[in-house]
Amino acid sequence: MWYFVSPQIVFGEDALAELDELEGQRALIISDANLVDLGIVDRVRGHLDKAGIDVHVFDAVEPDPTVPTVQRGAQMAQEVAPDWIVGLGGGSPMDAAKAIWVLYERPDLDPAELNPFVHFGLRQKARLITIPTTSGTGAEVTWGIVLTDPVEQRKMGLGNRENAADLAIVDPSLSVSMPPSLTADSGLDALTHAVEGYTCTWHTDLTDGLCTHAAQLIFRYLPRAVADGSDMDARERMANAATSAGLGFGNAMASMAHAMGHVLGSVFHIHHGRAVGICLPYTVEYTAREAPGRYAEMVAQLGCAQEEGSDPGGALARAVRDLCRQIGSPISVAEAGIDSAAYQDQLDKMVDDAFNDTQMVTAARAPSYDELRQLFLYAYEGRPVDF
Amino acid sequence: MAILFPSDEWIKELSEQLNASESYERSAKDWEGDFIFVVEPDDAYPETAYLFLALYHGKSPDAALVPSEDARETEFVIRAPFSNWRQVIEGRLDPIQGMMTKRLRLSGNMMKIMRYPKAAKEIVSCCALVPTDFGD
Repeated sequence: MWYFVSPQIVFGEDALAELDELEGQRALIISDANLVDLGIVDRVRGHLDKAGIDVHVFDAVEPDPTVPTVQRGAQMAQEVAPDWIVGLGGGSPMDAAKAIWVLYERPDLDPAELNPFVHFGLRQKARLITIPTTSGTGAEVTWGIVLTDPVEQRKMGLGNRENAADLAIVDPSLSVSMPPSLTADSGLDALTHAVEGYTCTWHTDLTDGLCTHAAQLIFRYLPRAVADGSDMDARERMANAATSAGLGFGNAMASMAHAMGHVLGSVFHIHHGRAVGICLPYTVEYTAREAPGRYAEMVAQLGCAQEEGSDPGGALARAVRDLCRQIGSPISVAEAGIDSAAYQDQLDKMVDDAFNDTQMVTAARAPSYDELRQLFLYAYEGRPVDF
Repeated sequence: MAILFPSDEWIKELSEQLNASESYERSAKDWEGDFIFVVEPDDAYPETAYLFLALYHGKSPDAALVPSEDARETEFVIRAPFSNWRQVIEGRLDPIQGMMTKRLRLSGNMMKIMRYPKAAKEIVSCCALVPTDFGD
């Protein structure tokens, strides 16, 4: 047995207008200062005003939100007493909103206790709306929460099915202001969700179609969205792809590229999507050498060119690297500007942390410690995996 | 020759497999916490059995079939019917998914377990290395 969890999803042009009819008293918007400056928080506030809802804003969420940040947000929630929490932004504000909501409902909990094995009894005080402004994380539909422990420089995979949003509003107009680099990075995040959701050991019949169709959309529309941010067709299809991939991997799991990417992100502060996107072709090549079946299926469905006699991992990895080249994204850690000496200094910690990352357990081929070390070195140099 | 599950021999063989596993040692190098695995009766197995497994810093210093849940003081207890344990040992039920769906029921500090998911997987990998007779 297994579960499929999804919020009600309102998507497409003018989806944000759904807020005009929202019933409630007070909303606390969880966002970041950049979205305040861009006027996006005010757009959402305007819709909530139409619904007669009193709006408060917590805009202190940083990239890779930390435990102290969500504790501050939960403190504000206790003071404001909202009946709606609204997570507005990329993955960081939406994940922070999920954690803030849980801690508001259950102030007795430590953030590290947010695990999938217990019943929290949420929705006594408030419900959660998620509104993505990027097209990548899928956090609007997933129940996972990634918080950073600033002391250990370690990302913690947390969350519980209960803390999935009640309502996700996916309005492509909110992503128009994304610059090309963020469009590319967040698109690669969505692609990694799609590929890993399909190829991890927790994949299911209910998630497979979401993942493969999302991957098809991303290969087709991400270059257009990067090249011309005002291409609303591309923006909308990428928004839908990210949400579909979120539903796919969120009800299956991510895998090794995320385990490695979490570490790269927390140690070197590389954007999450860029970090997992760099790692993806290497983990695909490595895994497919011993577990090619799912990759062969995906390659066939995507129509990737596969040379006769070559393995499907190589074909998919080439397609990912070609996409990265098209959208101006790095295909190695070195190309991402990380200094070699600094990388070597952190290598033992990175291997340790990735080895024990929650996403590693669903890898179809489990690397030994030494193999994982090699993967980090190959990913640095940009060398296709041959072991 | 296959070893009967559950039995004293079986849990001792698992302990030996863990002690020989470099991957387990790497993934559990800081782990401190012993387990009792409670095998509950179901249609396929009529009795209750208690398997004690000591785990410390990537090694398993002790293991035994014990007469009751209280026979050893442990930090963690995992309970499941015989058939669910069989699925875990045969690799048909991921132990973390098993706990998420309550097919394996854990007593103990889940926060601590969540920091060592790879170690949990390595224990299951070692289970698969024990030639097991399920009494069919």
